[in-house]
Amino acid sequence: MILTPYSQLQATGIHKSFGSVQVLNGIDFSMDTNDAIGIVGPNGAGKSTLLSVLSGAQAPTSGQITLNNKDITRIPARERAKQGLVRTHQIPKPFSGITVFENVFVAAIHSATSSRETAYDIALESIKLCGMLPLANREADSIGLLDRKRLELARALATQPKLLFLDEIGGGLTDAEALQLVDTILTLRERGIGIVWIEHIVHILLRVVKTLICMDSGQIIAQGHPDDVMSNKQVMKAYMGGTDHAVGE
Amino acid sequence: MKIKRSNAYSKVTLYVVAAVFIALILLPSFASNNVMERLTVLFIYIIMAAMWNTLAGFGGLISIGQQLFFGLGAYATIRITNMAISPFVALLIAACLVGLLSWPISTFMLRLKAGEFAIGMWVLASIGHLLVNLDPLIQGETGISLIALNQYAIESRRLLIYFAALVSMSGLLLGLFYLLRSKAGIAMQAIRDNEEAADSIGVDAEKVKKWFFIFAAFGTALAGALWLAQASSFQPKTYFSVQWTAYMIFMVLVGGLGRFEGAILGALLFFVVETWFAATGVWYLVGLGAVAMLCSLFFPKGIWGVIETRLSITLIPVGYQVTGLKPDSHSKNK
Repeated sequence: MILTPYSQLQATGIHKSFGSVQVLNGIDFSMDTNDAIGIVGPNGAGKSTLLSVLSGAQAPTSGQITLNNKDITRIPARERAKQGLVRTHQIPKPFSGITVFENVFVAAIHSATSSRETAYDIALESIKLCGMLPLANREADSIGLLDRKRLELARALATQPKLLFLDEIGGGLTDAEALQLVDTILTLRERGIGIVWIEHIVHILLRVVKTLICMDSGQIIAQGHPDDVMSNKQVMKAYMGGTDHAVGE
Repeated sequence: MKIKRSNAYSKVTLYVVAAVFIALILLPSFASNNVMERLTVLFIYIIMAAMWNTLAGFGGLISIGQQLFFGLGAYATIRITNMAISPFVALLIAACLVGLLSWPISTFMLRLKAGEFAIGMWVLASIGHLLVNLDPLIQGETGISLIALNQYAIESRRLLIYFAALVSMSGLLLGLFYLLRSKAGIAMQAIRDNEEAADSIGVDAEKVKKWFFIFAAFGTALAGALWLAQASSFQPKTYFSVQWTAYMIFMVLVGGLGRFEGAILGALLFFVVETWFAATGVWYLVGLGAVAMLCSLFFPKGIWGVIETRLSITLIPVGYQVTGLKPDSHSKNK
């Protein structure tokens, strides 16, 4: 299926539990695949798990995910990648025994195209876009954290995604480094690539997204314009503590 | 910017390999019987090391049960020659059959992870051993000889086995070279390094692992069949012994895990050590163990890994090199 600019990704009644631990507790979510949405929420809110479920890395315990009204709930991540839904990982997962170029090339040749020459071009372009060309021949286990984060992005880009799921790609970076990443991500937005971005550093996030979702305890507690979400009482409660009295203590 | 897959060293290597290959073809006309027999053994060692490296080095699939395929390759050869088929045709059919059998085996074994896979393969090898023992033709642990070889005069038999081993080794190494340079080769290394991430970018890990598993099974079975041809007798206990996998591990660890050249170098070293020191009995085994341990402690990338890093050379490149990169101002200043 080819995603058109008006494609819709929809999740209905998503539950996910690991044993007796309920991580996602009835998520209803929908977006146009060329939108940019930010997800915030305290640790353990279920943000990363939601991303895993949307990208196909994990199957939900119950609920349904559709793309243009077509059920994709049971379609594995590798197939979703080919349809244009790709994620990056919170903790970078580079292929450490091969070079930066090879890391990105393997994504291009398996998801974007079957032509070797085209895959070379896609890989080089993705690496360039993420500012990693000088490192192209370096083994991936020899590069630093910022470059690992960039590599996550470059590798995901080489699949030629329509919608990117970014899991704390700015985490652990300095503000200056994070701003560099924002520039890259804004370039992707100009190309019409949709973004779902989990991030703790909200001011970084707001440079890219116009809609914010706040999660807590496996549920979406607020959704909408970033200002409205950030001033929402429930959101403040989720961040500041368990009871109203806790605020200001 | 261009992508290069060869370098100045690899071009020289190509000529050297071609020269060595021609020399090995001409060798029987002047070499002694003993040299030919020893070289046959060396070729089989190279196959074994390369096949184990295929799985463990490039795929991260560490098996301690490859003697399953080694033993089955020999056993199938016995069974097929028993149907009045030439042993030299039989060994190829045997390897194909074992390769075919490894397909259903892979579907459940590849579900196991890491240590479970390693031990599971060993268990499977023991089961294979016991099942082969049940075949009346084999007469339990007594075993059987490859009588069909007697139809050849000793001289031509030696020659045929030598060429069978040479062709098998060359063919398998060439096949492995192309496999590693293919789309599946780079995918397998990605799976080795992080299966979840490989899945997230569209790599079908199950399928790729399966092909590598079958390839290694086929090659190892061919090694077993060739070993039977040169040793001419089959006892299940010998062929299904874990020592074969121990030798493979030794060769690959010492030579260089995950490096094409490493497995070949490891096999050469093992061969030299065996030729000179095997007569010393127990100390030979103690020495092998010590060398393997020291190597994995001090040269985790093996001897070839050290050479490759120090001299930054690759003789048999299977990767991708980006050329024509503009020098980077940042890295230059550092």
